[in-house]
Amino acid sequence: MRALKSVSFDLQAGEVHALVGENGAGKSTLIKVLTGAVQADAGTILLDGETITGNSPQHSRSLGIAAVYQQPAIFPHLTVAENIALVNEPGRAAARVDWKTRLNTARELLKAVGAEIDPSREAGTLSMPEQQLVEIAKALGANVRVLILDEPTASLTEVETERLLGIVARLRGQGAGIIYISHRLDELSRIADRITVLRDGESVATRAAAETTSKQLISLMVGREMASVFPKRSVALGAPVLKVDRLVCGSADLQSATFEVRAGEILGIAGLVGSGRTQLAETLFGITPPDSGSVSVNGTAIYIKNPQQAIEAGLAYVPEDRRRHGIVGDLPVRANTTLAILDKLGNTTLLDQAAERTLASDWVTRLGIKTDGIDAPANSLSGGNQQKVAIARWLATNPKVLILDEPTQGIDVGAKAECHRIMCDLAERGLAIVMISSELAEVLGMSDRIAVMRKGEMVATIDRADATPDLILSHALGHGGPA
Amino acid sequence: MKQRATAIAIFWALLLTTMALRAPSFFEFGNLRDIAVTNASALIVATGMTLVIIAGEIDVSVGSQFAVASVIAGTLVKAGLPLPLTALITLFAGACFGALNGFLVTTLGVPSIVATLAAMAFWRELLRWITQGAWVQGLPASFQWMGLSQAHGELAILAASAALFGAFAWAMRHLHCGRAVYAVGSNRESARLAGLPVPLITFSVFTLMGALTAVAAVLDSVRFSQVQSSAGAGLELKAISAVVIGGTAITGGTGGLWGTLLGASVLAVIAPALTFLGINAFWEKAIQGGIILGAIVLERVSKRGGRRAR
Repeated sequence: MRALKSVSFDLQAGEVHALVGENGAGKSTLIKVLTGAVQADAGTILLDGETITGNSPQHSRSLGIAAVYQQPAIFPHLTVAENIALVNEPGRAAARVDWKTRLNTARELLKAVGAEIDPSREAGTLSMPEQQLVEIAKALGANVRVLILDEPTASLTEVETERLLGIVARLRGQGAGIIYISHRLDELSRIADRITVLRDGESVATRAAAETTSKQLISLMVGREMASVFPKRSVALGAPVLKVDRLVCGSADLQSATFEVRAGEILGIAGLVGSGRTQLAETLFGITPPDSGSVSVNGTAIYIKNPQQAIEAGLAYVPEDRRRHGIVGDLPVRANTTLAILDKLGNTTLLDQAAERTLASDWVTRLGIKTDGIDAPANSLSGGNQQKVAIARWLATNPKVLILDEPTQGIDVGAKAECHRIMCDLAERGLAIVMISSELAEVLGMSDRIAVMRKGEMVATIDRADATPDLILSHALGHGGPA
Repeated sequence: MKQRATAIAIFWALLLTTMALRAPSFFEFGNLRDIAVTNASALIVATGMTLVIIAGEIDVSVGSQFAVASVIAGTLVKAGLPLPLTALITLFAGACFGALNGFLVTTLGVPSIVATLAAMAFWRELLRWITQGAWVQGLPASFQWMGLSQAHGELAILAASAALFGAFAWAMRHLHCGRAVYAVGSNRESARLAGLPVPLITFSVFTLMGALTAVAAVLDSVRFSQVQSSAGAGLELKAISAVVIGGTAITGGTGGLWGTLLGASVLAVIAPALTFLGINAFWEKAIQGGIILGAIVLERVSKRGGRRAR
């Protein structure tokens, strides 16, 4: 998989240059290349006319390239001053620490970003926006020439956002070049000088911010024909199976979700990374029990506080990160297949090995799982086949509702097509499917209806016939108006 | 795991061959029986330890638990309780010690190495304080060898150990809960999402560990006419070594009891073998350490080779 195919991009001193693009367009990878966290396969990076060779995180720092990520990378148990000093005091391991200078430097840098933070405070006690300001102060201390801000306002309130934009404007005035990544398009028109749109790992356009509307940006971000063909079949929909009404879970930042899924239907859930899609699935499945709202399966109200109850109620959840949450890598394929139905396998007290073998072999055939046999450990399989094993485990529970979280992320094209075929087969047999996906093409290609999440809330539900990439992205970004 | 077990089996075979050539009297029935009887209790503790380690945990308090259980058994018998009742009470006490560890780990979320390290010190020091280091002496004759002749008593010890080991080896393969222990140790989060009661499984494993340790303590005590308050010193290391040598991953999720049987067997013969070969017994621990290290290094090397080939 290539995250970046071909990106051309220039940044001037005293400029704020915005980068926009869908999930997976290559923004993060571009930053990693610039900061030396990963190496580019081809192409050059020039700084003040000089080619950067042998880039590494240390090297890019010494050149004055600094990045502030969406999730602040602070050390929570060190003080603010220590956090700032860590990168800025070039290290002789045996050198004595000059605490006074360290505190004063930190104080000045914090003042420069307009933050009133005591530098001797433990960094872990700061709020998220404060931590972000510390990160920016840290970047400034390194005599930054290129400052990269990756969605700096994603977790900030309006007031904090205003302040941050002020700081960005001030830094620009001081001659720094700033790369600003954001999904909040309205911000960009205010702060950015130019905007470059990335799509599928390529830079597709660079525009002057003043002359570009949000609408134009969105169509540039989407702007493609459907890249692949999806095997979507039309299925006669049955009665509603899963009904969810105003589901709320504060601890998971799920504000509100209302939807229903009918038998044979595939409901796609779209939204930006962090919009609460996975949290919705985890709340439904009892991993983070809901605070309020109602859920019913086949007309029966259910109250789910843990995964066991969810399974009892006929829900199945194939989680996003299959290595961490899906398969149990050390166990053989057959054991993975039966893990969720251990107590229902064969007769009740003994683990019925014969029944397990039959069941596992059956699923291996039905889903076309490529494995050295049902006794091979699950982590010896390819990513796509591991995913099929994870799906098999949940299908073995004979669920009424199947929730798939990024079912085809990071698996190859062939396996992806097969996963899609399997989903269609299941829908045809009357299963209600909820599919969370960051890939717009997949959502559009596979779903009967598409629900869009933004900031923990389900903001729109769109029928397949009406769904367009622009419409979905508009809702996801918050430019869709009332739906 | 297979590689490690194979390497150990080869080492064991070599050792036994050496013994056959250099000191054939090692294989006399009486000697082998003595080795087996002496190590029966360690095998039982290692059985429990295998479950604990497969579940992704560790219990370093078994040596102290063993000592407390031994003293409890000795005291009860001396007070005139019949052996079956004594065994039952000791078993219950052991299960409670284990359950306490399980409670600390699952309910309070204390990492098992910390919780059981604390338990190890606590039980050992508590025992020292109560007994003042004194042995429980003058146990009734009805206790020794369970009131049987020595030959029959030894047979009973071996039979009981073998039965327990067999039962657990079978259960790990053929019961749901056995599978669940593997799943929890391999990937706790996946296990939880699959609807397994992860805390209950962890708790049960610790409780079983305590109960098995108590059984081992009773079976060991009947061999002597007194109970030492320092009983079980170093037992945790022996048990963990047997498990690791047997190919169970210290990180959990893989391995099994047959490997542990192999590991325990290797550890059991080293010391007597040295004696028979006329080598200073001080070498025992060094050789043990060398075997553990060698087995793991060998496994690493072959694994890396395997990865590259793939």
